[in-house]
Amino acid sequence: MNVLKQVAAVSLMNLRSVPQRWSTSLVIVVGIAGVVGVLTAILAMGEGFRATLGAAGKEDQAIVLRSGATSELTSGLGREAVDLIARSAGVARGADGQPIASAEILVIADLPKRGTGTLANAPIRGVQPKAFELRPEVEIVEGRAFEPGPRELIVGRGAASQFEGLEVGARLAFRDADWTVVGIFSAGGGAHESELWGDAETVMSAYRRGGFQSVTVQLEDAAAFEPFQAALADDPRLNVEAQTLRDYYAAQSRQMSMLINVLGYAIGYIMAIGALFGALNTMYAAVSTRAREIATLRALGFGGGAIVASVLLEALLLAVIGGLLGGSLAWLLFNGYTVSTLGANFSQVAFDFRVTGDLLVQGIAWALVIGFLGGLLPAWRAARQPVTTALRAL
Amino acid sequence: MKYLHLVWAGLFRKKVRTVLTLLSVVVAFLLFGLLQSVNEAFSAGAEQARADRLITNSRYSIIEMLPISYLPQIESVPGVKEVSFASWFGGSYQDRPAQFAVFPVEPERYLRTAPEIELPPAQLERWRETRDGAVVGRSLAERYGWEIGERVTLVADIWPQRDGNNDWNFEIVGIYSSPESEQNEGALLFQWEYFDEARQFARGTVGWFIIQVEDPDLAENVAQTVDALFANSTNETKTQTEKAFAQGFARQFGDVGLIVTSILGAVFFTILVLTGNTMAQAVRERIPELAILKTLGFSDRAVLGLVVAEALALILLGGLLGLALAAGALGALSAALAGFGVQGISTSVVMTGVILMVALGLIVGLPPAVRAMRLRVVDALGAHQ
Repeated sequence: MNVLKQVAAVSLMNLRSVPQRWSTSLVIVVGIAGVVGVLTAILAMGEGFRATLGAAGKEDQAIVLRSGATSELTSGLGREAVDLIARSAGVARGADGQPIASAEILVIADLPKRGTGTLANAPIRGVQPKAFELRPEVEIVEGRAFEPGPRELIVGRGAASQFEGLEVGARLAFRDADWTVVGIFSAGGGAHESELWGDAETVMSAYRRGGFQSVTVQLEDAAAFEPFQAALADDPRLNVEAQTLRDYYAAQSRQMSMLINVLGYAIGYIMAIGALFGALNTMYAAVSTRAREIATLRALGFGGGAIVASVLLEALLLAVIGGLLGGSLAWLLFNGYTVSTLGANFSQVAFDFRVTGDLLVQGIAWALVIGFLGGLLPAWRAARQPVTTALRAL
Repeated sequence: MKYLHLVWAGLFRKKVRTVLTLLSVVVAFLLFGLLQSVNEAFSAGAEQARADRLITNSRYSIIEMLPISYLPQIESVPGVKEVSFASWFGGSYQDRPAQFAVFPVEPERYLRTAPEIELPPAQLERWRETRDGAVVGRSLAERYGWEIGERVTLVADIWPQRDGNNDWNFEIVGIYSSPESEQNEGALLFQWEYFDEARQFARGTVGWFIIQVEDPDLAENVAQTVDALFANSTNETKTQTEKAFAQGFARQFGDVGLIVTSILGAVFFTILVLTGNTMAQAVRERIPELAILKTLGFSDRAVLGLVVAEALALILLGGLLGLALAAGALGALSAALAGFGVQGISTSVVMTGVILMVALGLIVGLPPAVRAMRLRVVDALGAHQ
């Protein structure tokens, strides 16, 4: 009990003197805020990318591509293959008795990006009517759905925010004729929001394609995937591979989120080392300006442990302030900020930075570790200082 | 320079503090060296690109193919010196998406539009004679330990063979090099004839044409003439300089430059606070000493110079150490980073780094230096305790 009292008394005294030393204390706060802010912002990018691709990844739906193809863009399926796939075992049927399946074509259009005006790859997906039943999260938020026949498109929210001039009523000139944007849709924050959708046959005829690239099917349930996959593999007329949507999108996000994580942690560790030196500096300065004070306390009978604890407490408190500052800055500046990059289909995927609670907690944890390590040596030195020399100094 | 020892002594007056500050500066410039090198690698495609070379691809998007029959028409455009073509093969190597470019090309034709790469004539001869022969860049060959005569299998993702088989087998018959830059040595080239015969669909089409013009000044004209040739056809074209093409491509990945600049901004702000604080403290503690210097006859300006020199020395020392560390780290990681085109630290990164160091040194050193300069000897000496 006595030790605790001592710690409390010395710590309070230390903290009261912090305002007098604010400029050195600032170093530890700013240093740690920098580390935590950068780390949180970079990881928030990876978090957002994963969330965007994960949102589309259901376990009871499967996507079928030509075997060997790694994405829809590199795949190709003929009309006969598409029919065989839709009528395979395990595919659920809708109220009309037809299989819930959508054969789709994915092409790319060069569109100017908002801001820079440079051309970037916008994915255009031609879908069959069942596509909306497969993805109930797709919702027209403005305008109306496209009609089969005329060259009409609906635009995902993400695509609308990344590309110039994708508003309802806009006319896009590509492939011989004008296309009209008739609606904007949301898709629960998923990857489809980065796409432009039209009718499969219309897109196919405009791009002079004779086939599809993928078939997405609703399975009766998640357990129906294995028989479905086996049925496709056994059919000698087919040369295709099925994956659940969850696996498909997880594979697509793996490389990018790994890259972001490696980058984030590598930069975070290097910056943390820099901040650690800053923290050591601050705490050594704090201890040395108070050398006489500490010696006096020791002479009065305060234990070495209490001194160590009080210096550490000060370091930790400043570190937490830094961590909170860095985390809040990352949240304020970046949370919800939309960017886009080249995804697996060689086209732009828009996603938001997501500063999650976990990331903020992790940031505080980093701050505490840096603060602890930065305070330990100076605290040790403070407690070990011979009382007599310290009192005589200055 | 005669005051060097004085600067040095001032700097290491408080060893622990100076060493700690120095180490933070080292870390900041280590990060600067690493990130700026990555940033440069991303825009390097554009810098390596030649002004006298044009790329013609489909107007609609990079994935649409163009008919090979366009070749003689493009060749007949005035100002065109050589034309070749290539396609994107993609594919996987050793169960991973290939981390290098794979292009089917016509050997001699392609080399004529790529004067920056060199292939020994005997190997070119052998390549022409070998249907499934492929040549690879030297740095790529080193990365995978490939040697001439070795067989390499790529698994197609876009281009299955006619029988539905995805395996494409190549015999490595040559290794080309590029004296200009290792970055040009990263591709596997194989015979277009083999590719076109063996692939399942889209026969007779190519991904893009590569046009070498007689004179860079003609590039703009040639580009317009070529695009006009195919306007209103079923396959309209878009012709641009290789540089514009490469820049557009790099931008698709997102604004790497902006991300790097933001991170470095945060890092340098931190360093500014840190070293600024150290310098202010160093001057504050030394007020009596500085006053004594003035008493001894050092001019105000000399004292100003001393303090600024101290700040500059601190940051230059740390910064150069940091850049040296970055160079070492990039060297050690070169194998892992080759896929991203990162190759060591360039002079321009070092130059930018030094400019930054001087700027930081001045920002950090000047305020306390001015304070030191304005000291009045009497006050300063009297202020001591």
